[in-house]
Amino acid sequence: MKEKIKFSLNGRPIELETDTSQTLLWVIRTELGLTGTKHGCSIGFCGTCTILVDGIAERSCSLTVKKIEGKNVTTIEGLAQDGKLHPVQESFIRHDAQQCGFCTPGMIMNAVGLLNTIPNPSHKQIINGMNDNLCRCGSYNSITKAIESAAQEMKGGNKL
Amino acid sequence: MNSKEINKIYFGDVDTLNIFRHNRRDFIKKLGGGLIIIFTIGKYKAFAMEDEAEDNNEELDFNAYIRIREDGKVECYTGKIEMGQGITTSLAQVLAEELEVTLDSVEMIMGDTDLCPYDAGTWGSLTTRFFDPILRAAAVEARMELIKLAAAQMKVPENELKTEAGTVVKILDNSIKISYGALTKGKKIVKTINKPPIFKKINEYKQVGNPINATNAKLKVTGQAKYAGDIQLPDMLYASISRPSAHGSKLLSVDSIKAEAIEGVKIIIIDDLVAALHTNPTVAMKAQQAIKTTWSTPEVLANDETIFKYLVQNAVETSIVEEKGNLTTGFNEADYAAEFEYHDGYKSHAPMETHSATVQFDGDKLIIWASTQTPFGTRQELSRKLDMPLEKVHVKQVLLGGGFGGKIYGNQIVEAALLAKKAGVPVQLAWTRKEEFMYNMFRPAAVMQIKAGVKNDGKISAWKYQIYCAGSRGVNDFYGITNLRSALYDKKNIHPFGVGAWRAPGNNSTTFARESHIDILADKIGMDPLELRLKNISDAKMERTLRLAAKTFGYTSAKTGINKGCGIALGVDAGTYVALISEVEVDPESGVVTPLRMVCAQDMGQVVNPHGATVQTEGGLTMGLGYALYEDIQFNGGEVKTHNFHNYEITRFSVTPAIESVFVEDMESPPQGGGEPAIICVGGAIANAVFHASGARVHQMPITPERILKALKK
Ligand code: FES
Ligand code: FES
Repeated sequence: MKEKIKFSLNGRPIELETDTSQTLLWVIRTELGLTGTKHGCSIGFCGTCTILVDGIAERSCSLTVKKIEGKNVTTIEGLAQDGKLHPVQESFIRHDAQQCGFCTPGMIMNAVGLLNTIPNPSHKQIINGMNDNLCRCGSYNSITKAIESAAQEMKGGNKL
Repeated sequence: MNSKEINKIYFGDVDTLNIFRHNRRDFIKKLGGGLIIIFTIGKYKAFAMEDEAEDNNEELDFNAYIRIREDGKVECYTGKIEMGQGITTSLAQVLAEELEVTLDSVEMIMGDTDLCPYDAGTWGSLTTRFFDPILRAAAVEARMELIKLAAAQMKVPENELKTEAGTVVKILDNSIKISYGALTKGKKIVKTINKPPIFKKINEYKQVGNPINATNAKLKVTGQAKYAGDIQLPDMLYASISRPSAHGSKLLSVDSIKAEAIEGVKIIIIDDLVAALHTNPTVAMKAQQAIKTTWSTPEVLANDETIFKYLVQNAVETSIVEEKGNLTTGFNEADYAAEFEYHDGYKSHAPMETHSATVQFDGDKLIIWASTQTPFGTRQELSRKLDMPLEKVHVKQVLLGGGFGGKIYGNQIVEAALLAKKAGVPVQLAWTRKEEFMYNMFRPAAVMQIKAGVKNDGKISAWKYQIYCAGSRGVNDFYGITNLRSALYDKKNIHPFGVGAWRAPGNNSTTFARESHIDILADKIGMDPLELRLKNISDAKMERTLRLAAKTFGYTSAKTGINKGCGIALGVDAGTYVALISEVEVDPESGVVTPLRMVCAQDMGQVVNPHGATVQTEGGLTMGLGYALYEDIQFNGGEVKTHNFHNYEITRFSVTPAIESVFVEDMESPPQGGGEPAIICVGGAIANAVFHASGARVHQMPITPERILKALKK
């Protein structure tokens, strides 16, 4: 069932010949070698695999490659621009919003997706928007603060 | 605690002398130039490093090296691992402090069995307690040696010199100085610690006690941090394993014809290990699903409902933790007595990273990248299981995506290595979430039976305590009860599957029971639960910790509003005193609990990195809400029915309340554990808060809405 597929990954055009019924998560991690996107549950319950598709946060474990034909995919590796970290990344560092760090790429991508949709979210909107991303180390409060502070700093700008 | 006791806790009964000897000589040889300090745990002992003849007397008691390189960088080699508890930062901070170098010049090399000295494993909040003082001692020793070298080179007496940011400086003339790097250039000096060092005074600290954010944060926020499953090697195959539905099953038959027909698939069967391997993990998984296996099913002895009765019926008394006075006298003195049984179900560690391993045979060497809390134990196990010499097995450093005790055990590594050996190429095995729930070494289910008596004046006069399967950690009485008996009950293989250490082992279950019972006694005599506790506490540290918590919380009474209440719980873990007050709201219609606030006071001695300690505390409390309110493993005999996060709810954003964490000022005491203690009080504090908010007394964790509604009907 191999098919040719084209999309953009972190701003670079990608042309792959692959089984397009596979999930994007494993194609990103193995065929494309970007391991920042993590595997946590495989069925959409944890959020560690979150990436952006055309700026919207999606679970890469629940998305077949077929669905991203012609789209712009951003992973955690593509968030920094010209060596400069994204404000959400900066804010996560400042607020020490990661412990083991395994949920962190998914958290950051989900937060960026959230801010793309709601540039000035209320506390409640952040909690609702982030609620399906799990962190076993229990960094939720620091993560929430990090997102609030990044949102303020970005002042609704910095769209990806 | 003396060094022997520390060694016992630390090293257990692992026979490591040979491992260790080999390792040290090798290590010294491999290192380049510079100043090397070798240090020991538990005692200061001279090693005749230059004299190999004296090697015979060497004991297994040092476990790290520091090296000041010729470029001035400082390397610290330790067998400990980083799993999110932040020791990469806190250890570097301590080292930088005593050595007088900047934090960014310290590099931590951790958990690599070829580079680092032996270490039994990272668990039990032991790192800060036992490791920290000796790391300091080594740093002091290094600094003294550097001053000595500088004195000789600069021709200035040692007492006219001081150290500052990686240089030795003349006290009266700042312009006369020499860097550490320049001092060690072209030399190879090996030193051991041979006398207790003179540490800095508290008021001289520049870094310890300062909040510092984790030093490896940037790797984590950019996706560059490497975990075991992120290692990719040429020709590597991903493995997917066929599993039975229950623990204790034996393989009866395998039919892999269909799976083998899939292009590029390799099927490997070694005893009961049946796996499909492929360069593409999705294909490996599909092939595995095409394999047909049948298994024998073991007898079902208990399920998640009957287990408590089963444990009580089958466990036997194993030891008495504490016995004081006379229980009969105590109950005679009491005005009221209360007797209850408390239950706590099995819990999973559920780290976000499942157990993973990447293994490679390179010539006659086996190289392993694995999520393990015990790299040296892993090396030993692999050497045994694959019949290879110890020095041919090399466990490399990777980060862990959470451990909490669950990655002390790691059968995934053995499975991956067996498969790689047979396959002849590197193999990666990352357990699926379902495998993670199945093969987790669970926190054991536990039963606590308490009968206690209290006098009208609030004095607890008797306490009869029977603990099933939760062990003795944190059980010792701090309420000054004069008539008391605490006994442990357990039995080998009593559980339907493997159990093990879960963040502060046993202490979560027993603290829940004790602190619930204390509140029940207070309620019986109509006394405020804070007052009753203060009336009984016999330990000054506990008292000041509780007072700090109550003050920070602004405690006035246990009832805080309509459907709202707060609960107190106290406990001791890993040397740290914990007092937690949490407030909840309970919806009387649905029984749903909304945590509103948590205030946690701790006395953990000297707090090395207050920010790190706060992060760990918040993490522990947040995780703890999960076991108190939601987490419960569903099973029938050896069959674990909990498969993924949809039927194992853990704490989420929406239920995490505001958390305030405060510490008793105690910079003069040695640092105590920080990674585990805070979590132990969550169950008790929530149970009590639920009671004061709603009137529902729930004697079983998790405290679910159904249990609350049932208790309200009573
Ligand atoms: S791995 Fe995709 S949501 Fe868990
Ligand atoms: S930081 Fe470990 S899971 Fe979130």
